[in-house]
Amino acid sequence: MTRFNWFNTTTLTLGFAFLYLPIILLMIYSFNESRLVTVWAGFSTKWYQSVFFNESFINAAWVTLRVGFISASVATVLGTMAALVLNRAGPFHGKTLFTGMIYAPMVMPEVITGLSLLLLFVSLDFTRGFWTVTLAHITFSMCYAAVVVSARLVTFERSLEEAALDLGCTRFSAFMQVTLPIIFPAILAAWLLAFTLSLDDLVIASFASGPGATTLPMKIYSQVRIGVSPEINALSSILIAVVAVGVVTASLVTKQAQVKRMKEERLAISST
Amino acid sequence: MVVADITSPTEETQDTTNLDAGWGRKLLIAVPYIWLLIFFLAPFVIVLKISLSDVILARPPYFPTFDFAEGWQGFWAMLQAFDLENYVWLTEDSLYLNSYLSSLKIASVSTLLTLIIGYPIAYSMAKAPKEWRATLLMLVILPFWTSFLIRVYAWIGILKKEGFLNYFLLWAGIIDEPLTILNTDTAIYIGIVYSYLPFMVLPLYAVLEKLDGSLLEAATDLGCSPMKAFWVITLPLSLPGVWAGCFLVFIPAVGEFVIPDILGGSSTIMIGKTLWVEFFSNRDWPVASAVAILLLLMLILPIILFQKQQEKQAEASQ
Repeated sequence: MTRFNWFNTTTLTLGFAFLYLPIILLMIYSFNESRLVTVWAGFSTKWYQSVFFNESFINAAWVTLRVGFISASVATVLGTMAALVLNRAGPFHGKTLFTGMIYAPMVMPEVITGLSLLLLFVSLDFTRGFWTVTLAHITFSMCYAAVVVSARLVTFERSLEEAALDLGCTRFSAFMQVTLPIIFPAILAAWLLAFTLSLDDLVIASFASGPGATTLPMKIYSQVRIGVSPEINALSSILIAVVAVGVVTASLVTKQAQVKRMKEERLAISST
Repeated sequence: MVVADITSPTEETQDTTNLDAGWGRKLLIAVPYIWLLIFFLAPFVIVLKISLSDVILARPPYFPTFDFAEGWQGFWAMLQAFDLENYVWLTEDSLYLNSYLSSLKIASVSTLLTLIIGYPIAYSMAKAPKEWRATLLMLVILPFWTSFLIRVYAWIGILKKEGFLNYFLLWAGIIDEPLTILNTDTAIYIGIVYSYLPFMVLPLYAVLEKLDGSLLEAATDLGCSPMKAFWVITLPLSLPGVWAGCFLVFIPAVGEFVIPDILGGSSTIMIGKTLWVEFFSNRDWPVASAVAILLLLMLILPIILFQKQQEKQAEASQ
């Protein structure tokens, strides 16, 4: 039970090969001198250079990062509030509808979400562009943020808060000093998830965007439609590397913080 | 200050804890609620409204529009101008029916394939040594964090005629002539299975990891072969994970746009793509809205079934 057997080893090897091979091949061939995908013509970083000097890529990346940063931040605040409502607010009028609206965007096909938001913006006479994309991204990523924070709140030791209140904390300071630090890893994870979702989104951004606000996925998509270019390989590899480094670092940091928190939590419980 | 109220401690009750009915609680509920009403629910009402309207060649390209200045009378006039013309149109042109059916078919087949491929992976992860599990889990989630579009795009280089797969198969002597895979349904299946595999593996792993090992031991003690023990115990107990995984793959797969567009051929029509074309190329907003409403209705059925299933489970586990 505690060791790998041949079946487990084989399925895991094949499974992870399936998941990673396309990405690895893409990264290897981003260093290919040749324009052709399967012909290796020597090592070269020229496609990386042409990405860095391609103004339209740089602009799109800048728009994407700004949209991602703003939408992830607002979505995390709204999502955390929604998670608190789901777990702590008790019954209220329309709670079923509220819960439904939190979970529904996650299973909604993107074309429908995109179309409906676009029609809303048109009806309200919003000029489509940077801010409409940001609003759209806030809306769908706040639901993911709510679910992530909510998962942490469910397993949360309530007695710690109560102890803080018994010891004379006001509710606000109990939240700031006890609850918030404990759920902080989840809030950070929610922010990262919202940020990645925003960076990744093509369909909703295409609907919600207007002239002058082209995000990187939209740019990549239009390039892919024209044909495979090694420039896209280079750009993709950069994005993959950035995300991989970010995610691994974040997971290590949150893991450490969690271990520390859990120790403190246990200590606090055992000493009361 | 908004957050001040939510930490109010009340005894025993966990989920139903009643907070002080202060303005802080109200504000906490109101902000995300109003946001979702405006940016999630209201848009669907608008889509429904437009799907009942007629197309005109101006911006916004549909009629009737609601004139706020005319108040109730204007609203009434708008209601009277509504008709089901666009829905009738959808039944007249076989393109739409075919798109819906082909989406259902592609989504069902790829959900099944994802289950067949994902189950052994999840099973092996759950059976892996404890110190390995976190790493394996991380490895499954990691691709999910990298761009979906890029991962789909990466398959072009593998599947095309002069791509890696053909190159490898020719080299290995398995085939004599390169296969045409890109721009066929096979490529769409590969793309969907690849992209949605983590959605299948994660819920399955969650269920399988929690599985009580003593049940399997008991079965073996009573003379079950490992294979039979799997069929009689592991598989039935993992059904909640199977359901959750299939649901998470099937729903987005039905409305999928990127994968059929990039990997599929021109002969494959999926409803997500039809909607996109109707909207961006034909600029027929009312028909696009009608397509969206019907797609939504089609997806509500599995969602309700899933909900029922979950409720049954919750009851059973109590």
